Amino acid sequence: MNGFFDIPSDLQHSYIGLIGLHVREALLPVLAGLLLSLPIAQVCVRFRWLYPPVLWATTVLYAIPSLAFFVVLIDYTGLHEITVMIPLTVYSLVVLVPAIVDGVRSVPQETLAAASAMGFGPVRRYATVQLPIAAPAIIAGLRVAAVSSISLVSVGMLIGNQGALGNLLQDANLYHRPRLAVLSVVTSAVLAVLVDALLVLARRLLTPWMPGGTGGRRPVEADARPTSAALSLEDTSR
Amino acid sequence: MNVFHFGSLFFGDHAHWHGYDGIPTRLTEHILYSLMALAIAAAIGLPVGLVTGHTGRGGNALALIATAARALPSFGLLVLMFVLLGLGLTPVMIPLVVLAVPPILVTTYEAVRSVDPSPVDAARGMGMTEPRILLQVEVPVALPLILGGLRSAAIQIVSTATIAAYVSFGGLGRYIVDGLYQHDYSKVVGGATLVALLALVTLAVFWALTRLAVSAGVRRSA
Repeated sequence: MNGFFDIPSDLQHSYIGLIGLHVREALLPVLAGLLLSLPIAQVCVRFRWLYPPVLWATTVLYAIPSLAFFVVLIDYTGLHEITVMIPLTVYSLVVLVPAIVDGVRSVPQETLAAASAMGFGPVRRYATVQLPIAAPAIIAGLRVAAVSSISLVSVGMLIGNQGALGNLLQDANLYHRPRLAVLSVVTSAVLAVLVDALLVLARRLLTPWMPGGTGGRRPVEADARPTSAALSLEDTSR
Repeated sequence: MNVFHFGSLFFGDHAHWHGYDGIPTRLTEHILYSLMALAIAAAIGLPVGLVTGHTGRGGNALALIATAARALPSFGLLVLMFVLLGLGLTPVMIPLVVLAVPPILVTTYEAVRSVDPSPVDAARGMGMTEPRILLQVEVPVALPLILGGLRSAAIQIVSTATIAAYVSFGGLGRYIVDGLYQHDYSKVVGGATLVALLALVTLAVFWALTRLAVSAGVRRSA
């Protein structure tokens, strides 16, 4: 174990520093994706005819490989973190928009009618009734987006040391040190699992009315991947 | 000097249309890697997903494995395998298969689980054996979802196979990686366009497959 976490000096970061960089590069785009997809999804719920074209557009964007996306952006944004973060934001949108739309749509009409009858305006009804009920679906989407984002940051290495933990891979190749590659893969896998677990925890805290455990068929369904949201979510773990 | 300009520069150059580094060669390589990875992943994911879905056992273990596999970074895995195993097809196939198994596995499992239990019970009452119930009742009904899982796996493989070029392999990624190092953006844009088009073709193939393979009755109720 001696020196196992020592990082070659050309990366100009400690092990912890690289982890911090990785988390920032992976999760800021997911946050940006969430902030963008909330209004987009709301518009799609409001105007139903808009949803299929939006889905198509995001699917087409999703078909662009991350590496190509990064490289094409270099021309506009330079060798910068932003170049990695823009595509990751777009990929997050692809997962989150369908997750939010399906989640918000799954709110029963009676519930909405009851909220209206209690005098809730549209904004308050959206924030205090629709969003909480859609929370499990949204968090399921966030889980997929976050995990795939964490795994994709590494590709940023190819465009000039913007890959955080992925930069270790370059050095593994350069110095013939397989342990650097092992360190990179294991660390980002652990990071992904941790973030996933945190989101599951957040889901339990945000939806105290739902059965929390993983046992039993019925309760899991709301958690993991139900009906139509499930398939759109599966589209994304790239 | 925008993306379209670079694109027309790339596709307008006759040198890119033949030879060892020509578009037909690279496209064929890319398709071959993708098909191979998809076949291996399907050979692993489909049977396991079908059996666990049919018996309803091991769903939690499956979800755990899928999450774990998803957490592994494809690119990191590729370089790691390359460093450990050297140049070859195996280091390229391993990350692609790891990438593609979770969507196939989980969707197949969920698809079989979500089949209406009453026809299954009816089939059992008619004396059908369990394998026949699975293959003749459950699979046809679950087929649209199963194909959906295969489709997302295929798209992910097609777009991720580009990174194979980093470990000196062929495929459309060659244009992107080479273009990056040669500062030839027309090559990068051309390669990216080709991969995106291939992904769209994959979508279309699966759409057609769904039209052909899914029985009319299932499609109507879906």
